[in-house]
Amino acid sequence: MAEIGAAGFDPTTPLSASGNLRRRQFVSRFTEAGATGAAVLAIAVLAILIYTVAARGAGALSWEFLTTGEPTGIGPALIGTAVIVAIATAIATPVGVLIAIYLTEFAGPRATRFMKATLDLTNGLPSIIIGLFIFGLLIKPLEKQMAFAASVALAVIQLPLIARGSLEVLLLVPGNLREASDALGVSRWRSVIGVILPSALGGIVTATVLAVARAAGETAPLIFASSVFDATKVGLNPFEALPNIPVTIFFLSEEGNPTGFTRAWGASLVLIAVILFASLGARALLSRNRERTSR
Amino acid sequence: MLEPASASDVRPPRRNRSAERLRRIDRIGDGLLYGICAFACLLAVVTLLLVAYESVNGASPAISKFGLGFLTSTTWQPNFGEFGAGSLIFGTAFSSFFALLLGAPIAIAIGLYLSELAPKGVRGIVSPLVEMLAAIPSVILGFWGILILAPFVHERIEPFLHDTLGFLPIFGEPQTTGASVFTASLILTIMIVPIIASISRDLFLAVPRELQDGASALGATRWEVVRGVVLPSTGSGVIAASLLGLGRALGEAIAVTQVIGAGSEIKASLFETGDTLAGRIANQFPGAITELHQASLFYCGLILLVIGLLSNLLAQRIGRRFAYAQGVK
Amino acid sequence: MSSTLDSLDSFEQRLAPTPAPRLRIQDQGAPPGASPHRHIGVEAVFEAKDISIFYGRKKALAGVSLRIPRSEITALIGPSGCGKTTFLRSLNRMNDSVPNFRIEGQILYHGHDMYASNVDQVEVRRRIGMVFQKPNPFPKSIYDNIAWAPRNLGLKHDLDERVEQALRGAALWDEVKDRLKDSALGLSGGQQQRLCIARAIAIEPDVLLLDEPASALDPIATASIEELMHTLKGRFTIVIVTHNMQQAARVADQTAFFSLDSSAHEPSGTLVEFTDTATMFTNPADPRTRDYVTGRFG
Repeated sequence: MAEIGAAGFDPTTPLSASGNLRRRQFVSRFTEAGATGAAVLAIAVLAILIYTVAARGAGALSWEFLTTGEPTGIGPALIGTAVIVAIATAIATPVGVLIAIYLTEFAGPRATRFMKATLDLTNGLPSIIIGLFIFGLLIKPLEKQMAFAASVALAVIQLPLIARGSLEVLLLVPGNLREASDALGVSRWRSVIGVILPSALGGIVTATVLAVARAAGETAPLIFASSVFDATKVGLNPFEALPNIPVTIFFLSEEGNPTGFTRAWGASLVLIAVILFASLGARALLSRNRERTSR
Repeated sequence: MLEPASASDVRPPRRNRSAERLRRIDRIGDGLLYGICAFACLLAVVTLLLVAYESVNGASPAISKFGLGFLTSTTWQPNFGEFGAGSLIFGTAFSSFFALLLGAPIAIAIGLYLSELAPKGVRGIVSPLVEMLAAIPSVILGFWGILILAPFVHERIEPFLHDTLGFLPIFGEPQTTGASVFTASLILTIMIVPIIASISRDLFLAVPRELQDGASALGATRWEVVRGVVLPSTGSGVIAASLLGLGRALGEAIAVTQVIGAGSEIKASLFETGDTLAGRIANQFPGAITELHQASLFYCGLILLVIGLLSNLLAQRIGRRFAYAQGVK
Repeated sequence: MSSTLDSLDSFEQRLAPTPAPRLRIQDQGAPPGASPHRHIGVEAVFEAKDISIFYGRKKALAGVSLRIPRSEITALIGPSGCGKTTFLRSLNRMNDSVPNFRIEGQILYHGHDMYASNVDQVEVRRRIGMVFQKPNPFPKSIYDNIAWAPRNLGLKHDLDERVEQALRGAALWDEVKDRLKDSALGLSGGQQQRLCIARAIAIEPDVLLLDEPASALDPIATASIEELMHTLKGRFTIVIVTHNMQQAARVADQTAFFSLDSSAHEPSGTLVEFTDTATMFTNPADPRTRDYVTGRFG
């Protein structure tokens, strides 16, 4: 019968690894190295990607490149993307914020679960499906492509991001702020507009910026809604197909023409730069907000 | 001489009216707020339903012509009006599952690194970098894949794998270019790793310190603490995260179509060309002229929608059960 | 000098044909009020030499020197915030995971410097076990909670025996013997804490560190934990932190009183007095000790 107390080891020996510990420590250090290696791998891939785009795209960059149209530059595509994304954001932001307000001010537990599930499902929709959706809804019946349809599609993609981001920050508004408002007899809509929204504004802006970064890079819906365009001159009419960056890169990548490749790298560099700066900016805003609310 | 004034005497009639007006404005305002918020929610729900409706509607000519046989037939001949998604479903499953097989362990390892190993400062830098990988647009990843990854894979990796592990049918003879299911899977892996890694990192960080201390105090190595306490208590959460990553891989159209080579047959080797449901839609829709061709692509979209919704719902369900289990403790 | 005696003692043990009995004949001779070093001659498991502990720039503990004797119960008492738990956690290197932790001075374990560079933390914790203030059972079955660490250590033979012995040692066997496969989270607070004790003794450590083990429990559970300690004392050296003076008086052989030293411009914890329990509670030497044990403060 094994008797506890007959330790099987001598406690007075030096405190270096004994028994099977040396092997176990080897296994532990090995897995630590593996985990570190995985992180290094991810960073390396990111570095290679950004380096490639920067190195190959820098050669194409010039003032002419950014301001003229095909075949020398991507100016109209830049403007087109800006228009499409701006309209999309203008649609998605109010709807997203209103949904978040509903969830924090009016919704019962069942409605909350339902809306969260809806938002999660919408978030999980492949963008190619959203492209098909916008084709069937708008492009086919109207028998023409239009940037507005692309904006609607992008708004569907942005909606869950803005709604969830706004929800997070609205939930952070301290309960006593709401209570104080109620105690003063202030009506719901006045507290929301006067007190709650302003204090959540920073987070909402952050969520919106992240949604802009996301929408700027989406290609699939644009293939359906805004892919046949004249890229030699600037267009601003949202009811026509507008030139845009993602589709430009896509077509140039499929063409197999080396000069086209250079333009595509240049366009990629611009797109990545915009997206990364927007993401970093949003992150900086986020941490500054967190500091402010936690003080 | 001095009479007590009653309350009704004190209030002047003028204030009565404006207080009432204020209350009315407030009632209208509250109602209006509720109304537009509820409308916004309705809009979201209707949009989701519309997406489903349009997918079915657009696919209906193909559904009525091919029925469920569409799912098994591997013939895809637009010129003859013959369409079948069998090889596409195979390609979707093959590339996505391979990406998950490769990506999930790497992502979990990154999550462990960020939560258990990295000092706080390093974590603050590396975490955003990993998330930045997710922010890279798929068209740029695909473009990079065509010009940089595919040739590299074709010249170095595919021959190496074929030479060493060629007895396995999935590592067959490399083709003429690097455009293959393998390259597409690698691109998909790059896309899903950041998703799974950030969720896993948050899950691991949430394991109570006291549980890990208790395990350490029993003379366990760091790995043993992870294996014995951290991983078991986050298991289903990590699975839900992996399912979300899988959903991402299943639905990716642009990057896949750029590097997968648009093959139409079911092949056992990863190094052959192939195609996925999403990739085929992106590849052929702009050029699909006939009604049936369009409808068949819609049909592919419908299948993709069903698969995507199912995996998302499953991820939500497992995620909820995980959160519930955490709360009960 | 003491370390030479210590190594002679251990040398003797290694020559013995059977595992040496862990009970040692106690040195009974010292009268009350004697110096804290009456245990010269009895093996010291720990010897702390002028320990100071810093978290970054904040000094948490200063000037602590004491010897913790073998196979006895040593209690660390004092008001909260004066470094008792910090000191305890330094004894099995659990403070290493706290950021900016720094220790000055030496802690010798059986004569070996615990913070030397060749020391393996995991080895330290294998020999020096700890039970925490709040019970922290793993989300596993009762059996697996206890069997987990022995499996890691390769003690896989007679695992069932080992689990049973551990549960008996923690006075929990009768209550759970029919439901070993049930989740440990279904046990009551007192049972969970006894499970944590069983878990700790299952790997037969040399020392048991108990950090306020009964503070989160009701009085009945507390009483059962205290009873347990008397039976465990013979097999393990026990160091217990408690804010409950009466508990220390009931259970401990010697007691160390920690308090805040506000003489320096930044107050830090310090060891005020260390003596056998009877003396500490009846005739303490230091006025601060007297104030604390008579309830005048703290």
